[in-house]
Amino acid sequence: MLIYVFRRLLTAIPTLFVIVTLAFFLIRVAPGGPFNQERGLSPEIKANLEAQFGLNDPLWKQYLNYLNNLLHGSFGPSYNLPDFTVGELFWKGLPISIQLGASALILALILGSILGVTAALNQNKGGDYAVIAVATAGSTIPTFVIAPLIQLVFGLSWKLLPIGGWGDGALLNKIGPVLTLALPQIAIVARLMRGSMIESLRSHHIRTARALGLSDWSVVVKHALRGALLPIVSYAGPAAAALLTGSIVVETIFSIPGVGRYFVDAALNRDYTLVMGTVVVIAIFTIIFNLIVDVLYAVVDPRVRYD
Amino acid sequence: MLKTLLKATVFASTLALASGAFHSAAFAEMVYNRGSAAEPETVDPHKTSTVYEAHVLRDLFEGLVMQDAKADLIPGAAESWTISDDGKTYTFKLRKDAAWSDGSPLTAEDFVYSFRRLEDPATGAEYASMLYPIVKAEDVNKGKAKPEEIGVKAVDPQTLEVKLNAPTPYFLEMLTHQAAYPVNKASIEKLGAEWIKPGKLISNGAYTLAEWVPNDHLKMVKNPKFHDAANVKVDVVNFIPTEDRSSAMKRFEAGEMDSYDDLPTEQLPDLQKKFGDQIRVAPYLGTYYYAIKTDKKPWDNVELRNAISEAIDRDFLAEKVWNNSMFPGYSMVPPGIKGYTPAMAKFAEKSQIDREDEAKKVLEKLGYGPSNPLKMEIRYNTSENHKNTAVAIQEQLKPLGIEVTLLNTDTKTHYGFLEQKGSYDVARAAWIADYQDPETFLGITRKDSGNNYSSYNSPKFEEAMNKAAAAGGNPEERMKLLTEAERVMIDEVGNIPLLYYSYHNIVSPKLHGFEDNVMDVHPSRFISKDQ
Repeated sequence: MLIYVFRRLLTAIPTLFVIVTLAFFLIRVAPGGPFNQERGLSPEIKANLEAQFGLNDPLWKQYLNYLNNLLHGSFGPSYNLPDFTVGELFWKGLPISIQLGASALILALILGSILGVTAALNQNKGGDYAVIAVATAGSTIPTFVIAPLIQLVFGLSWKLLPIGGWGDGALLNKIGPVLTLALPQIAIVARLMRGSMIESLRSHHIRTARALGLSDWSVVVKHALRGALLPIVSYAGPAAAALLTGSIVVETIFSIPGVGRYFVDAALNRDYTLVMGTVVVIAIFTIIFNLIVDVLYAVVDPRVRYD
Repeated sequence: MLKTLLKATVFASTLALASGAFHSAAFAEMVYNRGSAAEPETVDPHKTSTVYEAHVLRDLFEGLVMQDAKADLIPGAAESWTISDDGKTYTFKLRKDAAWSDGSPLTAEDFVYSFRRLEDPATGAEYASMLYPIVKAEDVNKGKAKPEEIGVKAVDPQTLEVKLNAPTPYFLEMLTHQAAYPVNKASIEKLGAEWIKPGKLISNGAYTLAEWVPNDHLKMVKNPKFHDAANVKVDVVNFIPTEDRSSAMKRFEAGEMDSYDDLPTEQLPDLQKKFGDQIRVAPYLGTYYYAIKTDKKPWDNVELRNAISEAIDRDFLAEKVWNNSMFPGYSMVPPGIKGYTPAMAKFAEKSQIDREDEAKKVLEKLGYGPSNPLKMEIRYNTSENHKNTAVAIQEQLKPLGIEVTLLNTDTKTHYGFLEQKGSYDVARAAWIADYQDPETFLGITRKDSGNNYSSYNSPKFEEAMNKAAAAGGNPEERMKLLTEAERVMIDEVGNIPLLYYSYHNIVSPKLHGFEDNVMDVHPSRFISKDQ
């Protein structure tokens, strides 16, 4: 198993290299540059700015410089927030996005699983329909509707939560964003869980377990649930990578200083270094979580072996 | 025993609570939570590029001259100044108690260092052009001279002498811009790129930088070393960037912000109903215009350009598209600059119906009609309101037989294209004043300006502008000549002005000293807040 993990991590390096190379040249293809704005700059002033960021070098040289810096752990300065390096921006923002994303993910996995199992056990009864209704609503109402609703109801009307801001990480400031992030995930997990649980409950080993006279609790939790978890695990990997690296909608509406909005803002601002930083971070997260998923497979399902 | 203990605890906690309450009433800090629609990009005055850091830098630093709550010019680090008879030498006397936040004295040498740094190409300052009127400044910035050659001299620690290329009546106004603020040489040399970090930044304004979490808040605390600290009332200013304007309204309503410098203008009528005079909409020095490619057929025809400009119903745009958050505009220089009368398009006073008729006649004369429609493409940068404006104009020009197509690109693509003088018909652009003078608006249509997207090149206009510049020593005469220059540009339709910007803020009644002004300048040092 350890050898497997090691081998996978090794293959991640060429993958990352390809992603970095593609991203580097793709963003340069986009028209306009970081210093095009409503207030135009004279050619000389623009040249001074570009020289400062090494943008006057030929593109291949910029690329080699970038790779070299990256290997030394430096993402370079942000063009749009020149007081910060891209590394500093992630250092500040990533823990915030991870806190929110992880809370939402855990909440979604626990609540979603419970709802899904309940629905499966009550298939085609009231409880099942209720869960399906909630799940459908949860996954169809977009976050940009849920978020302002939470602000209106819990913030303005009931005055229980602040409208926005990070508040140095105060618990109350996290509730709105976490709920907004979690609701659609709860819905998805519940639906996945319901489906796979129903399937699992019909399988041969469950019939055998029942025939052996095991208690309902033991049949559901020890035997059926374990098999039903596989689709959840394979969903949770990419979902975790996406959730932990932040959400532009939630961060913009709740004024959360995470890294989610950098994805979009950096691309729109042609903030080349920040774009590259986000690409690298997302790529690393995706690679790691896919690996975790594969390892978890082996843990959950004894039939899966990597040796 | 338990009871006694309980009683003692209750007593102690009541006491603690009461004393806490007393404490907060007597020594409560005055905290101003200042909402802003975007993040400041930097706290280095020489790297500034947006109005968002202008608000922050104005609180952190103090230039030779500053603006008061009404955006009028007031002494800053300089307590007085004299201007030589030829208008080319400015001598500033710095105040004796001028100091940096670390207690070291602020001297004329600091300004010499700062002005050189702004122009040094290695700094890469976007606003280096703010000090181009100074002798050799432009050459330095373009790499043709050494920073030491710039025409700034420290006569003694309290006296700064600045030599200009030509009399520049708006030079003092330019000095109020954040790019002209001083920076601390000692800390830059010691800390390098780290000098702008919170806790390390040494500034000379009413506040010092305490914290900055990008996209969350930027906290400034009162600077006790500031010469006028005794009159600065707000102890802590929190700049709170909130991009989502609707969220900002809720945060304001919930008391999380005391003011916010933008509004969701599509909700303006509702907001005005709900918040009354907390909504402040007032003229602002900015012009929303369409650049029209004057060197490309058929747009090289003045008559045709004028017909198109004439046919556009600006009242409709202002009222229906922008909910009166903009005002109809007929000149490049918006009204509001003291001593200046903008030159309005001649059709401004006519009724819309008459204007359409006139435009139609011109188009017919030029051979356009149903069989030979005029085709025009409007390029605009992404924004709901820019789109709606373009669509409205498309509809307004349709009865004239003009087939308008729209092309939307993101902001960087849009301005990148304009800067490279791409081939287009009409393109959306805007200009916000950097300083209070018509020059800032008229300069962008001069033939060599990087912002001359129309490629407008009129010898008559250039001559009129040069004449106005030559009259620099006589401000009244100069303003008159500038109006004449604008008259030329407007009559020749070098650009199509559409709307004047308004400044729109929401301000809590608890705030005092937040005055409406055409520059949208509200220094925190003049503001106070009811507790």
